[in-house]
Amino acid sequence: MSMTRQVQERLSDALPYEELLPYEQPAYVHSYVYLFGVATLASFILLIASGIFLAAFGPQWWHSSAVGHFFNSLHFWTVQAFFFFMVLHLWATFFQGAWRDGRGLTWAIGVITFLVSILTAFTGYVSQQNFDAQWIGVQAKDALNATGIGAFFNVLNFGQMYGYHIFLLPLLVGILMSVHLLLVRLRGVVKPYPDGEKPREVPP
Amino acid sequence: MMGRKKRYYQGVRMAPYDLVKEFLLALLGVTVLVVLLAAFLSSPDEPPLTIKSVARQAPDMYVSTVLSELNGSSPISGYGPPYNNATGAVQGIGSFQPATIIGVHIPINPAQDFVLGPLAQDAEANPALKPDLARFNRASGNQQTAWENAYTKALGKAKVSGTSLTVPACSCGPLPAMMSAMVRLGQSGAMDGLLLTTPRYYQTDYTRSLLFLQDDQGVANHAQQLNLLGSQWGVMNETGNYPGQAWLWLYTLLYQIQPYNTAWNPSIDLAVAVTIAILSILLILVPWIPGLNRLPKYLKVYRLIWKDYYREQREQRSTPDEGVTPQSTVTSEA
Repeated sequence: MSMTRQVQERLSDALPYEELLPYEQPAYVHSYVYLFGVATLASFILLIASGIFLAAFGPQWWHSSAVGHFFNSLHFWTVQAFFFFMVLHLWATFFQGAWRDGRGLTWAIGVITFLVSILTAFTGYVSQQNFDAQWIGVQAKDALNATGIGAFFNVLNFGQMYGYHIFLLPLLVGILMSVHLLLVRLRGVVKPYPDGEKPREVPP
Repeated sequence: MMGRKKRYYQGVRMAPYDLVKEFLLALLGVTVLVVLLAAFLSSPDEPPLTIKSVARQAPDMYVSTVLSELNGSSPISGYGPPYNNATGAVQGIGSFQPATIIGVHIPINPAQDFVLGPLAQDAEANPALKPDLARFNRASGNQQTAWENAYTKALGKAKVSGTSLTVPACSCGPLPAMMSAMVRLGQSGAMDGLLLTTPRYYQTDYTRSLLFLQDDQGVANHAQQLNLLGSQWGVMNETGNYPGQAWLWLYTLLYQIQPYNTAWNPSIDLAVAVTIAILSILLILVPWIPGLNRLPKYLKVYRLIWKDYYREQREQRSTPDEGVTPQSTVTSEA
């Protein structure tokens, strides 16, 4: 038995493309509330794109060049947009009870993505190489040192924080978002709560 | 649509939905939004403070910081893990002190790293400093303390004129010469480099430099002017009139309220960290926590989110005979 064929068949069964990219959705999905998730994804892609430029030209570029500062501004505002849409998505899915009907894992991975995103943004703030970075670093070290984490995650070490910010944490956010999206597509969006009104009795 | 999902949506009206177009439009919309914001509002970039800038702006404050590093009275001298074995910043819940358990991993000896080490390097280029430095290093601990105390008193009567500092004569042994050298190193910018220097050539670690800077009161004064202090919700603030890390609002809020800033204040950082960790775990586990997982049902905000769906259902119930497939009543609950 070909192992390749086995993997292909299992993938085909587990991830049918009709479910990954359906061309129809429940009618109630036609609502602005359902756009917060995709806006978060779009913001993440723009963060990666602007971050690639910032990383490619190096950490001095955005302080010494007008073009570099513009890309820094793009990155800055995209972070704001990313969290704005993500928090709206989080609240919307909470109020929908979106974990119902076997969607608990989708919710849990979404929340973990949010928490890792906060850490990613934090490492970005302490990597800015300006006074904001200095001050956030010396203040945040106390909280991290109090928990013992500061011994291994040193916010005053630019090299370590920059590595976390431009590679390790974005990679983790990307993987978590991918799994979250995969689960959303495979299981579909949750159905609305029952509206509490009795259905009209149809006469025989 | 495949089996499981088809069964799940049985009775639910489906409609065409272009996910690819939706994504591309979202990407375009967010791109336009952030490009406009970046173009018209720019972004903050407050220049970093340097040891040179604080030494020139307030040389008396700078020398006071240097002296505190030398005599062991600075905040970092008494900080504790991961920098040294002191206990000043060690926090605990009962007898549980995570920092003590983890221990010293980033060793910092303020007197040696911030004063005597830089002076020894300076003495290589300025041999006149060598006898003073050797005299200080040879002296007993009591003698060093006596000199430091005498210099502290004299510093209290010092005169500052621009960037120059005049300290009255005192029985301070070699300290006047050593402090004079430290002022020169600080104001020339050499200290900024000396605190980064290690036996390795390439450097990306600013720990020693930032810890020294933080001990200088001028840094906190500058942060206060920019509304960045912890008591000013500084963790989530940004320099200038820009949004900061607003998503840290809950974390920052805890620092402002009781009992965190009263009874728990000695271990406030640990208390806040533990609280946030517990709340985060609860948020992750909401689907499996009885009561909490049914909260949205009772809050009824979903009625607003799905108001069109419910209206459509009600209309179908009232007009069932017009050839429209009746909606099934959804029975799924948490």
